[in-house]
Amino acid sequence: MADEVVVLSAWPSMIGMRVKIALAEKGVKYEYKEEDLANKSPLLLKMNPVHKKIPVLIHNGKPVCESLIIVQYIDEVWKEKNPLLPSDPYERAQARFWADYVDKKIYDAGRKVWSTKGEEQEVAKKEFIDCLKVLEGALGDKPYFGGEKFGFVDVSLIPFYSWFYAYETSGNFSIEAECPKFVAWANRCMERESVSKSLPDPHRVYDFVSRQKKKLGIE
Amino acid sequence: MASSDVKVLGAGPSPYVNRVQIALNLKSVDYEFLEEKFGSKSELLLKSNPVHKKIPVMIHGGKPICESLIIVQYIDEVWTDGPSILPSDPYDRAMARFWAAYVDDKWWPTLRGLRSAEGEEAKAAALEQVKEGMVLLEDAFTKCGKGKDFFGGDTIGYLDIAFGSFLGWVRTTEKMADIKLIDEAKTPGLFGWAERFGSNAAVKDVIPETDKLVELVKMMAAKPKA
Repeated sequence: MADEVVVLSAWPSMIGMRVKIALAEKGVKYEYKEEDLANKSPLLLKMNPVHKKIPVLIHNGKPVCESLIIVQYIDEVWKEKNPLLPSDPYERAQARFWADYVDKKIYDAGRKVWSTKGEEQEVAKKEFIDCLKVLEGALGDKPYFGGEKFGFVDVSLIPFYSWFYAYETSGNFSIEAECPKFVAWANRCMERESVSKSLPDPHRVYDFVSRQKKKLGIE
Repeated sequence: MASSDVKVLGAGPSPYVNRVQIALNLKSVDYEFLEEKFGSKSELLLKSNPVHKKIPVMIHGGKPICESLIIVQYIDEVWTDGPSILPSDPYDRAMARFWAAYVDDKWWPTLRGLRSAEGEEAKAAALEQVKEGMVLLEDAFTKCGKGKDFFGGDTIGYLDIAFGSFLGWVRTTEKMADIKLIDEAKTPGLFGWAERFGSNAAVKDVIPETDKLVELVKMMAAKPKA
C-alpha cells in the first residue's frame, strides 16, 4: 500500500520548510498544498483544530502538527534513510535541546529585526546576533550540529537562512561579518539538494517582507 | 536498582522538576536531589545550564541535560528495562508530544492567567479559557488513553507526566478560587485519571500537598517587592 503524504504549509514559513527538508532527506513523495493564511482552508481547520496553524503533515489521512514533532515523526516512520536524530540518548537530548533553543529564540529575534526601526531595531539586531553566536558556540568545529552528518538541529535552523537577506536589508547590516562560522555552516547545508530545493529564493522572501511591512505600517 | 550517578537540580514546588522525579521513580532510578534555594541560582546550576539558567537540570555521569520534557525522553531512552514512558507507535508518540506541547504552550499560561486575573470580568474570562482547555484535554484523554487508566494506556506515560505534574497547582487554584477545574460531570475521564495518577506510587510523594502550595502562594504574595 503506497503511503499518502500531504503537507499543508505557506511558502515563506521557515517552520514549514523544516517539514519539506525532512521529507526530501527521506526521499518521501508528497503532495504540497499552499495555504493562504488570511483565508485558511477547511482542510487545515479540520486537520489542526487546536492551533489552526501550518505546517501540518497528513499521513494516510491522519494529521501531525507542530514542525519539530512532525520532523521527529518523519524520522521515526522512514527510519532507514538518513536518520536525523543520533542514536545515542545523550546526543539526542543535546539535539532536542538546541532545536528547542532555535524555536524559543530565533523566530522572535528575527521577526523583531525586520519589523522594528531605530533604537528598537538596534536592540533587536544585537539580540539576534547574540543568539547566532550562542549557536556558533554549540556548533564548534563540527561541519553540522549533529557532527559529521546533517541532522535534526540543522533541519530546524537552516530555513531561517532564506530570511537572512531580508533581515540584513531591513537592518542594514551583514550577518556574515558578525557570524562567519554560522554562514559557512549555512552554505554547507545549502549544498544538500534537500535544502536547496526546499528553501525559497531570498529575494522573493525580501519582497514578501516588504509587503508585510507595508501592511503593518512600518517604514 | 543499580546505583546510578544521577543528580537532579530542582525545587519541590516546580511542576517541571516534578516531571523529572516522576520519570526517575517510574524507572526505579536512585538520584540525589539538590534543592535550589528560591531567589538564587547555585554555581552548579549556572555551570550546568548556562544557556537558560533554569531548573530542572539532570546531571548523569557528570553530563547535564536540560528542559523537563527533553530530560523525560532521555530517561526513557537510557533506562530501557523499566516501563516505557513514550508509546512505541510513531503516531501515538506524535500525539503524546503534541498534547504535552499544548499543555506547556497553551494550557499552563491560561492557568497562570486565571491566578493573576484581577476583577470579576477578567477572572470570568480567564476561567472560561482554562475550562476550554480542560475540554480539549478530556478529549485527548479519550483518544490517547483509548479507554484505559492513563493517557499512556495501562501505565503512566509521557503525557500523564507532562500534564499530571501540574495537578498540585490545579488543586491549589481550585482551593484558592473556590472553583472546580476537573469536574466529575464535565470531565469524567480526567476526574478518574487525576485520582489514579495522584495516588500512584511514582507520583504521590513528588507532587506537593495542596495545603503546602497554598501556603507558598500566600507567602510569596506577602513578600515585600525588592
